[in-house]
Amino acid sequence: MGKYLCKRLLQFIPILFGISVVSFLIIYLAPGDPTNLLVNVEILTDEELLEVRRSLGLEQPLPVQYVKMMAALLSGKLYSFETAQPTWVMILEGMPTTLALIAGSILFALVLGVPCGVMSALRPYTRMDNTLTVLSLFGISIPQFWFALMMIYLFAESLGWMPATGMFSEDPSVLPVLDVLHHLVMPVVVMGTVSLPPIVRYTRNAMMETLGQDYVRTAQSKGLPRISVVYRHALKNSLLPVVTVLGLLIPFLLGASVVVESVFALPGIGSLAISAALLRDYPVVITVNFLAAVLALTVGLFVDITYSFLDPRIRYV
Amino acid sequence: MTTGVPAAKTHEIESTGPGLTGAPVAAGLPPAAGFWRRFLRNRRAAIGLGLLVLFYLLAILAPVLAPHGVDEQSLATRLKPPGVSHWMGTDRFGRDILSRAMWAGQISQAVGLLSMTLSILVGILVGAVAGFHGRWADHLLSRLTETFITFPTYFIMIAIVALFGTSFLNLILVLGLTSWPLTARVVRAEFLSLKVRPFVESALATGAGKIRVMLRHILPNVVPVIVVASTLRVAYVILAEAGLSYLGFGIQPPTPSWGNMVAEGRTYLRTAWWITLFPGLFIFFSVMAYNLIGDGLRDAFDPRMGTGSRTSEKR
Repeated sequence: MGKYLCKRLLQFIPILFGISVVSFLIIYLAPGDPTNLLVNVEILTDEELLEVRRSLGLEQPLPVQYVKMMAALLSGKLYSFETAQPTWVMILEGMPTTLALIAGSILFALVLGVPCGVMSALRPYTRMDNTLTVLSLFGISIPQFWFALMMIYLFAESLGWMPATGMFSEDPSVLPVLDVLHHLVMPVVVMGTVSLPPIVRYTRNAMMETLGQDYVRTAQSKGLPRISVVYRHALKNSLLPVVTVLGLLIPFLLGASVVVESVFALPGIGSLAISAALLRDYPVVITVNFLAAVLALTVGLFVDITYSFLDPRIRYV
Repeated sequence: MTTGVPAAKTHEIESTGPGLTGAPVAAGLPPAAGFWRRFLRNRRAAIGLGLLVLFYLLAILAPVLAPHGVDEQSLATRLKPPGVSHWMGTDRFGRDILSRAMWAGQISQAVGLLSMTLSILVGILVGAVAGFHGRWADHLLSRLTETFITFPTYFIMIAIVALFGTSFLNLILVLGLTSWPLTARVVRAEFLSLKVRPFVESALATGAGKIRVMLRHILPNVVPVIVVASTLRVAYVILAEAGLSYLGFGIQPPTPSWGNMVAEGRTYLRTAWWITLFPGLFIFFSVMAYNLIGDGLRDAFDPRMGTGSRTSEKR
């Protein structure tokens, strides 16, 4: 296991190198100059302009800039062009919001999706199974930003049950924690809804496979109650593929947070990515992309490790 | 894209279709008559096809059918709710939502089809080389594919579009070049299983070149998988384009796209909900159409999976 872990972690290095080089090149090959956004180019003399560019490190050859940037990134000394804050601080500020959104929507999707998948598997090709299939199609076809706006129209603007945007009320009438949760309900439902279809589908297919296994038939013929057979024998053994979906869902939800945070005006990583891209805040753009890659790779590794815990038959050598 | 978002990314865990790898057939497609019968007997697939035809007609015939001009402004009719003269209402410049949504269909479908083509071509190339050549090429390309699958491409997409500009071409390149990995994966799996079949080995033994074998002998057998993947890819790309356009990183106003129309409605959500509602429905139903057709094609190509009720079988 230790050996396997080392091997996997070593494989991260070329991948992260590739992603960082690609994001670096994208940024530096792009037309336009960040100095234009920072200072009024018109009123500066050429020498002053050169001075500004030098202070930003934009005058050096690309490989040098890349190495310097990566060194700064990894040692936490990369500063935003806009706010002059270290980029990691900005990321850490956005992290709780985005993680709360992702965790909340996965919880939502699991609590709703797993029972739906089980029900589908118990009565495949019936009306209910078909209905769930059609609903899944709705889930994968709906544009999240539009779904979010429709929720805002219905529950915030018309009914007034939910706050439309933001994380906090100006003067919360309830505990601050409850206030934040109240603000997160709609974003979580939006992101959870689009995560439902794969969870339902995977649970259903895995359940159908498990229900056909010998040991399930044995448990049934022993006279065990159906509920116990389904939940204690079959479901437990069907959750392995569901772990795979979670591994795919997390990077997907990280991407989805860009749109959802924008619609609900939440201060997370997604909003940070948008504003950094618009302002050509290169250091922040690079850090966000790098972080996204690290996160995606870590989740993948974590899923593989979880596998071997859930299913002792799987051994990594 | 999800965000639109790459929404479909994780959902499209595409099947390599157990039946598709069955007996090698001379021409990859099953006999046409049986195929279409199976496809149309599937009610959902038929609905999808109907929807798609409707949306194509609306888009293509926009110059003829649209009740108003795409940029026809009128202060007298601004922010009018749906009614007799404006079926879907008007926006803040008094422009007709229905007419603009029809024109936007041309843009959105074009982006969808062109990016899909690029994405599928790259996917076939990567998948075929990885699957057929094997060894180091497979190792390298598979790693690349996996990385692309796990990486949240939305971040890179907005960075590229923001920095390089939001031209039509850039949009297609960005969407096409980030959405190929799932295709590459299924194509690789097909090539991997087909290359050891006797018909491939005998073709190689008779002295046919590798490229010829890949193109003439293996590729036709992979067509069903590619057709299904392409359909689902259009659905994904349309969603992603709408998401980018909504955020302001896609098609720029005044050129209408469904995504930027929804974005324009955002400010007037409370008073003029129709500006947001209708373009969103266009996105929703056209994406739905592609998804329904994709599922239907998958079932029709693979009769062993039965018809109709088994659309959800995607593993």
